[in-house]
Amino acid sequence: MQNKITVEALNAWFGAKHVLKNINLCFQENRITAIIGPSGCGKSTFIRCLNRMHEVVPHAKISGTVLVDGRDIYENGTDPVDIRRCIGMVFQKPNPFPTMSIYDNVAAGLKLNGVKDKRILDKAVEESLKKAALWDEVKNDLNKSGVSLSGGQQQRLCIARALAVEPRIILFDEPCSALDPISTSKIEDLMIDLKEKYTLVIVTHNMQQAARVSDFTAFFLMGEMIEFGDTKQIFKNPKEKSTEDYITGRFG
Amino acid sequence: MAREQYHKELIKLKENTLKMGELAKIAVRDSVISLKEQNVALAEKVIGMDKDIDSLDHSVEDSCLALLALQQPMARDLRMISSVLRIIIDLERIGDLALEIAVITKLTANEPHIKPLVDIPRMSEICQEMIHNAMIAFETSDVELARKTAKRDDEVDALFDQVRRELITFMIEDPRKITNASHLTFVARYLERIGDHANNLCESVVFMVTGERVELN
Repeated sequence: MQNKITVEALNAWFGAKHVLKNINLCFQENRITAIIGPSGCGKSTFIRCLNRMHEVVPHAKISGTVLVDGRDIYENGTDPVDIRRCIGMVFQKPNPFPTMSIYDNVAAGLKLNGVKDKRILDKAVEESLKKAALWDEVKNDLNKSGVSLSGGQQQRLCIARALAVEPRIILFDEPCSALDPISTSKIEDLMIDLKEKYTLVIVTHNMQQAARVSDFTAFFLMGEMIEFGDTKQIFKNPKEKSTEDYITGRFG
Repeated sequence: MAREQYHKELIKLKENTLKMGELAKIAVRDSVISLKEQNVALAEKVIGMDKDIDSLDHSVEDSCLALLALQQPMARDLRMISSVLRIIIDLERIGDLALEIAVITKLTANEPHIKPLVDIPRMSEICQEMIHNAMIAFETSDVELARKTAKRDDEVDALFDQVRRELITFMIEDPRKITNASHLTFVARYLERIGDHANNLCESVVFMVTGERVELN
């Protein structure tokens, strides 16, 4: 299996605060990698470094390399907007564009990239909604507002929106923490379907979710990556004591 | 510490498993004493103890299932619970075998044994020590103790072989001794099996602590 993303000696700061310390980590193509750790351990910051979202925060700083398909995304002359199109992101709270219809939400990224042909847009909207397992529920209401949907549907709409611009990698930052258990299991099933075509990274507080969906798990603590390994190994027999203490609920 | 209730339940699970180990050890001890001393009342006590061991077996198993269903245990907790589920099967079998020995006490109580019992009580002692040390290794997560304890199964096996050969000689020499000698052969065989179960206890402890599956003997 090929490494899709290779992170080398990554450090990140908010002002003087050193929040990520020398992270080295590889993400395999067509696999789900989960990042777990207590609040404030740097896991969200870490995935925001993977699509150049960290630098949009004032006073944020970063060093090290992030190679996607062998190319450094922090190389001079790289357009962060291009990077973010290749590396989609789904956030904790579903955030469909509130004034837009379901259709326009999904088509927004393509329109922004200059696609005007209605037939191309129609096809992309339908395909993305199908991939996001939402099509059957909304196909007759494409002109309704995105925010008229339930929370779980809104999250799948956001996933469809991320898929429409044909990314290769999708980052999920606590995608289910605002959802009920049934919507959560739909998103989890969807992630497992999506890994056939995409490389997925998920940050989650929910260890059972990490155990259920991911192939690999990385444990972060206070800005450092403590342990990385096969998910089964991490949850059955972790090598590091602090990983064990965290996943067995002895702290965190 | 987070998840206080959960950790209390894990401690209780461990305590009940230890209690079951203690009962199994006492059952082995008393069954062989009852045989040696031809003490039917003590044999009845061992037979009664089997019910206590069985009921502990069920309650420990129920606690394991509740923890798995409700608490999603991970890592060493998960391995502890899976080991406990195996340990209680071995302890329950040890209790059953002690009961079988007690039944033989009742069957042989009316006439003296064909010979004074020496090696059978010796086998019983080693088995008791094995169960005892395996349970200490379980309590303290002591892999070294588990490995050392498992080795003693060789002594039990050697004694079994010796007892069996000796009893065959008695049977060849005098067919009237066959009934008693075959009963005693069965007792030795049950103790040999108890040694094997004690060896399994040690293997479960090694898995619990290290995550490695090992064949210790």
